[in-house]
Amino acid sequence: MEAATRSHPPVDSPQTSRHRVPVWALAAIPLALIVAALAALLTVGGDTLGERLGPPVEEIAVERTVLRPGEIELTVRNMGPDAVTVGQVFVNDTYVDYRTTGATIGRRAAETLTLDYPWQADSPYLVTVVSATGATTEHEIPVAVETPSADGGFYGLMALLGVYVGVIPVALGMLFLPLLRRVREHWIRFFMAVTVGLLGFLAADAYLEGTEIAEAGTGAFGGAKLLFIGAGAAYLGLVALDRFLRARSERARTTGASPFQLALLIAIGIGLHNLGEGLAIGSAYAIGELALGAFLVFGFALHNTTEGLAIVAPLSAHRHPSPARLAALGLIAGAPAILGAFIGASAYNPELAALLIGAGIGAIVQVIVQLVPAIRDRAGRALYPASVGGILTGVAVLYLTGLLLST
Amino acid sequence: MRIDRRQLLGGGALAAAGALTALNPHGDRARAQASSSGSSMGHGGAKGHGGGAAGATMRKGARVDHRANGFNPTDVLRDFDPGRTRRLASGRTLREWEIVAADKEVEIAPGIKYPAWTFNGRMPGPTLRAREGDRLRIRFVNGSEHPHTMHFHGIHTAEMDGVPEIGAGLIEPGQSTVYEFDADPFGMHLYHCHAGPLAEHIARGMYGAFIVDPKQGREEADELMMMMNGFNTNFDAEGNQVYAVNSIAFHYVDEPVRVRRGELVRIYLANILEYDPINSFHLHGNFFEFFPTGTRLEPTEFTDTIAMVQGQRGILELRFPHKGPFMFHAHKTEFADLGWMGFFEVV
Repeated sequence: MEAATRSHPPVDSPQTSRHRVPVWALAAIPLALIVAALAALLTVGGDTLGERLGPPVEEIAVERTVLRPGEIELTVRNMGPDAVTVGQVFVNDTYVDYRTTGATIGRRAAETLTLDYPWQADSPYLVTVVSATGATTEHEIPVAVETPSADGGFYGLMALLGVYVGVIPVALGMLFLPLLRRVREHWIRFFMAVTVGLLGFLAADAYLEGTEIAEAGTGAFGGAKLLFIGAGAAYLGLVALDRFLRARSERARTTGASPFQLALLIAIGIGLHNLGEGLAIGSAYAIGELALGAFLVFGFALHNTTEGLAIVAPLSAHRHPSPARLAALGLIAGAPAILGAFIGASAYNPELAALLIGAGIGAIVQVIVQLVPAIRDRAGRALYPASVGGILTGVAVLYLTGLLLST
Repeated sequence: MRIDRRQLLGGGALAAAGALTALNPHGDRARAQASSSGSSMGHGGAKGHGGGAAGATMRKGARVDHRANGFNPTDVLRDFDPGRTRRLASGRTLREWEIVAADKEVEIAPGIKYPAWTFNGRMPGPTLRAREGDRLRIRFVNGSEHPHTMHFHGIHTAEMDGVPEIGAGLIEPGQSTVYEFDADPFGMHLYHCHAGPLAEHIARGMYGAFIVDPKQGREEADELMMMMNGFNTNFDAEGNQVYAVNSIAFHYVDEPVRVRRGELVRIYLANILEYDPINSFHLHGNFFEFFPTGTRLEPTEFTDTIAMVQGQRGILELRFPHKGPFMFHAHKTEFADLGWMGFFEVV
């Protein structure tokens, strides 16, 4: 009976479970073969092709610089295919004594070199790492500034910066909510269009900044590619979150995202953006490039106030947003600036920054997609004179307030 | 095929260098009172001089493996090679040397290896020493993978000038030639490879001192040979990454040059530095008489600092009146901080 079944298998039978080999084995057997083949290639495959032509490729770069009195600490990463052994190090044409966690840096690995050198504040330095083969790698310190030590006062300062740059401006912008709830529908659409303009400007600005930051890094983990990976992950993650929230809300399934959910998504998107902004501010502070002071705080307040406006714009139709919910939205959008400032000032890494800035871009793009239905007029058009005017107004506001921040 | 030829040549060069060492018992070690195992001075100790505000230093604790290099700059200082000598029928002295060019990796600073081209496996090459009027015969064997020549500073015929396309011209790998001329004039001279590209052939280490003593000789002294050189380790032909006297950066900081108080010290000094236009020698706490190129017996200057362009050289004479460590270095401080620094230890 069984034999007969096997000899005449039904062509499109769903009863595949009757095959003798279980499904898990169909997965496990090729996996095991792949692992075995890769292991074999790793151990003996290299020998079949012989050595590389030419000398070893030595590609190292300084990923992080920490300046302490009398000491320069460099985190050096090997981005090349071969291990690199550090021979000696000179600073401004003077050989220096150094300590290291390991003179030989393996592929993709990083080691720290701590140089014994009496650097002077506010002076530029050129550090040259001479490898065991005599190859040189230069690292420029444009202006020597003591790296802030991560004590309580430092975290307090970074938290304050984050509050100034993220939380306060967003909260100020949200004060427009009562106005928005009183104006007529076409004005709401106009403000939504302004928000789209603001966000579009932020996305473009972040892209340009992220590219610059990624190029300044070592590139060991992908450089500018991380910008796109971060953007894609954030965009798809927010889309998934949006679908999840809609599935939970019966009403929303017919009417689209609820005003509060839209506001929440915008707040998350802006929060991711502010994380990147905090990162940039924290790292600039750590290397002494940030001019702290009234102008910085004022400029950011003016600049980021518009972000608060973007969050509350969808809430104009929402009857009774509770103060707690509003506060939560404000914190979601603003507080990541504090976290960003911490990371930026204490563990800055250009490629991590690129990834986070990319996430901010993806989040903003997703929010723009979410906002487009809200600016459609009765004829269903997204672009008409008033919406175009709104978008351009948003761009102009950020451009002009951004000028206040440029040094 | 090509690999076989390389191995053959490499082996040949090694064998020739070995034979040379065996055949050449003329190295004058009588004055080697400061051996490479000599004690270091009190203020530095095993940790060496410098660091932080105390000045330039290589990584503390790291040392060059002189044994692997095959030469120690402390020995190079007083290693004068008079060659094999024989009296000719005319009554003149004939001096003969065999010099072998060999490619060799040399540790020029702790942990930094440089792919050098050498004469007799060392940098600088052997210090050839003759007396004015001697007949000199130098057999040159090219055990390197590259064509080379030996070009001597001195007075000789065009055929013996050791430049490409004249006389024996370029000596190809595996080939040899004989350069023959009179020791003339007396003074502190040089020899170096003149194959092209010239800058690279010199920078790679193919040079040495060629000293001709005056007929009447010079006053008895503790004699030292110092060749100011450097290494462009990344081969960008823009300056150098390592500077030194007798090739090893900061060597005479780690092993100071020991001299006696009151004794006449004579330094045969030359600058062969490539890729930088000028070099200098500065001595702390003392002054010296300077004899440019060593071709006159009267000094022209009493000073503590002398500048030299590439190929320039001279003789310094002084007596140290005080005991203790005295620094000497390039007064181009960039070179000093990049390895061209040392100490005399006056005992």
